[in-house]
Amino acid sequence: MTDASTNLLDIENLWVRFPTRNGIFDAVRGISFSLGRERLGIVGESGSGKSMTGRAILRLIRKPGFITADRMEMDGEDILNVPETRMRKLRGHKASMIMQDPKFSLNPVMTVGQQITEALRTHEKVSKAEARKRGLAMLDRVAIREPERVFDLYPHEVSGGMGQRIMIAMMLIPGPEILIADEPTSALDVSVQLQVLEIMDELVRERGMGLIFISHDLNLVSKFCDRIVIMYAGRIVEVCEAGKLHEATHPYTRGLLNSVPDLEHPRDRLEVLQRDPAWREAPSVSALL
Amino acid sequence: MNALEIKDLNVWFGDGAARTDAVKHVSFDVAEGASFGLVGESGSGKSTVLRAIAGLVPTWSGEMRVMGEPLGLTRTPKFYKTVQMVFQDPYASLHPRQTVDRVLSEVLGLHGFKDIDSRIDKLLRDVGLGPGFRFRYPHQLSGGQRQRVAIARALAPEPRVLLLDEPTSALDVSVQAEILNLLADLRAEHGLTYIMVSHDLGVVGHLCGEIAVMQTGEVVEVLGVEKMRALQAEHPYTKHLLESSIGAVR
Amino acid sequence: MTATADKQSMREWLLAEEPTSRRQARAAAWYQGWLSFRSNTLAMVGLIILVFLILCAIFAPLLATNDPFAQDLAARLKPPGWEGHFFGTDSLGRDIYSRLLYGARISIYIVLLVAMVAPLLGLVIGTISGYMGGWVDVLLMRFTDIFLAFPRLILALAFVAALGAGIENAVLAISLTAWPPYARIARAETLTIRNSDYIHAIKLQGAGTARIITRHIWPLCISSLVIRVTLDMAGIILTAAGLGFLGLGAQPPSPEWGAMISEGRKYILDYWWVATIPGLAIFAISLAFNLLGDGLRDVLDPKEGGQ
Repeated sequence: MTDASTNLLDIENLWVRFPTRNGIFDAVRGISFSLGRERLGIVGESGSGKSMTGRAILRLIRKPGFITADRMEMDGEDILNVPETRMRKLRGHKASMIMQDPKFSLNPVMTVGQQITEALRTHEKVSKAEARKRGLAMLDRVAIREPERVFDLYPHEVSGGMGQRIMIAMMLIPGPEILIADEPTSALDVSVQLQVLEIMDELVRERGMGLIFISHDLNLVSKFCDRIVIMYAGRIVEVCEAGKLHEATHPYTRGLLNSVPDLEHPRDRLEVLQRDPAWREAPSVSALL
Repeated sequence: MNALEIKDLNVWFGDGAARTDAVKHVSFDVAEGASFGLVGESGSGKSTVLRAIAGLVPTWSGEMRVMGEPLGLTRTPKFYKTVQMVFQDPYASLHPRQTVDRVLSEVLGLHGFKDIDSRIDKLLRDVGLGPGFRFRYPHQLSGGQRQRVAIARALAPEPRVLLLDEPTSALDVSVQAEILNLLADLRAEHGLTYIMVSHDLGVVGHLCGEIAVMQTGEVVEVLGVEKMRALQAEHPYTKHLLESSIGAVR
Repeated sequence: MTATADKQSMREWLLAEEPTSRRQARAAAWYQGWLSFRSNTLAMVGLIILVFLILCAIFAPLLATNDPFAQDLAARLKPPGWEGHFFGTDSLGRDIYSRLLYGARISIYIVLLVAMVAPLLGLVIGTISGYMGGWVDVLLMRFTDIFLAFPRLILALAFVAALGAGIENAVLAISLTAWPPYARIARAETLTIRNSDYIHAIKLQGAGTARIITRHIWPLCISSLVIRVTLDMAGIILTAAGLGFLGLGAQPPSPEWGAMISEGRKYILDYWWVATIPGLAIFAISLAFNLLGDGLRDVLDPKEGGQ
């Protein structure tokens, strides 16, 4: 059984590499981090390796890309060398992932209800009626007003915000302990963004899960996370407590914070990030617990 | 003089039962040299207004004037010399098989300029790209660099009005800052009029002096940026938008 | 020494991050394409077979051991290897090896002619139809449908019957039956391209329809057509061979491969090589084009490329 003292994830010296015509491209370059029963934010710009890190945890890196690491453990179990069949069990059951756009992650030819019950029934032996009951309850939990009606809708008949809430329901119904959310709201409108994140946050806390929230938006992440990892060029440049984000010292983090136009505190010119080549070469900061 | 006058603009797609009204009775004026923002969520019709002005949507009614001249169903070469547009996604707005040089020289040629070589150099310098970028293909450029090329293309005919359709929403925040600074500089330098569409109140508040808020095809409120920064909106929808975007920051 | 140094600097020039002229940028784009094509082993095999066949066709007079038309009834239907006849002789005692070499000229001639006519016709009709939309689209596409509705060989037969037998008419007939799929592809591509922002952008610069179609849409459609043409080449050669086989393509003394099989058919049980060897040649060229087409798809497909 899970012991409260072990971390949900322990990853040491993770590399994600892609062979290309001009040699090997390193998307993630030797990062180490762990995830307790906490909410961990991974922030960086496009190309920083943040999404690759999220995929690497579930070993979802597409060929010809490959992963190397010194240690990768999920809840104490080695996941670096286990066969794909075991990994498939772990995905969904132990850890699930929510992607950016529900339009592409929901199956267009299956109803919402079919997809949710299928997610449940692949991991648990339950009757159809039971699955339906639990699916409806789950839809209700993600603040969908008429779960009975939505249950029989097809993905194209629901809005983006609702689609993403359905995704959350689908991912959480097998009761995973880790949720990886990769830019879960960047395809959504501002006014639904917060609602979706609040629902996700509530469920994660209620169930005592570990959350990895991957985003480019530092402010948003700081609002919904306990600890923030800032990535640059495949490495971790800084780790800080979410509450102390504004005390962050790395010039990259400072630059990211200052380059966002702020409605309430207008400036004539926005601060432009001066990228220092040394950041790229600096050793990765460890985010192990 | 007003650079742009829109009166009772309606835009629709489809006919008969399938008709959807994307823009309903929208009116606003933009003074020359001003920077006007259109804000709303997806489906609010904000981009459609821009496309109707540009002549990319043929099904519209109402009255539109650019620099005092009414717009008809087709656009004249003079219009294209006055109004230009920058698109949302820099990955989709450059032809994948054309070098920067090819893009700019074709555009300059279309507008009848002769000194193409020196103009390309100047345009690239204006948008902060060196001559080293001249013969590159889009796939050899980063998102920010592509958007700079797209801006250079829009500036090529020396327009007076720029339509900006979410010009930074596909970019990283640090790159967004660079592009927003560039747009501010260009406006000051060339005395351009901007009409900018965005879902990001922070971006609009940074660049625009006056902002129209759109919801389901209608303008619900037009307010000055000072009022918006002070969170003094009248309409409940504007208030809701302001709250959500401030909420995401705090 | 200097040769390798030159080679090195040439490579650097081609792979430069910052090309300094139009010519260099274009050359670099081609070179990049060549590099990714070269890494595809099967496609290279296809290319090598094709180059080999083209060289055979060009140097046929030098490589041939006999006159392809010279008959020697005393030496008819001799097996491969008999008295310097590599692939034996046919029913009239003609050297199959030499006929095969000259036949390569005909096959490549057919391929080139069809490759010029059919895709071009398809490209023009498809892009106009896709870009203009409305009634132009309806009219052109229904016209295309009529051609698509006929079985290809039957339609080609009808054309040949109307125009008269002969290799040029066979080519024309094949082209006229082969263009509709290209028009379909070109139209489908155009429909996705015409709503892209770069087309809107050039429209906003005042570019006219003709310019947009020829300068902006064609370059993007051509790559998928080239892929499709190379993949179809095998079928085109087979159709040409089929017409030859039915006696409606190349006429008897001509060493066209299909006609050769047709002649060998009568003896296939006792003298297998007469039909088999031209068959193998058709197989080789078809395979080569298919492999090449697959490789080109990897290089040219805009959806895959650009990464």
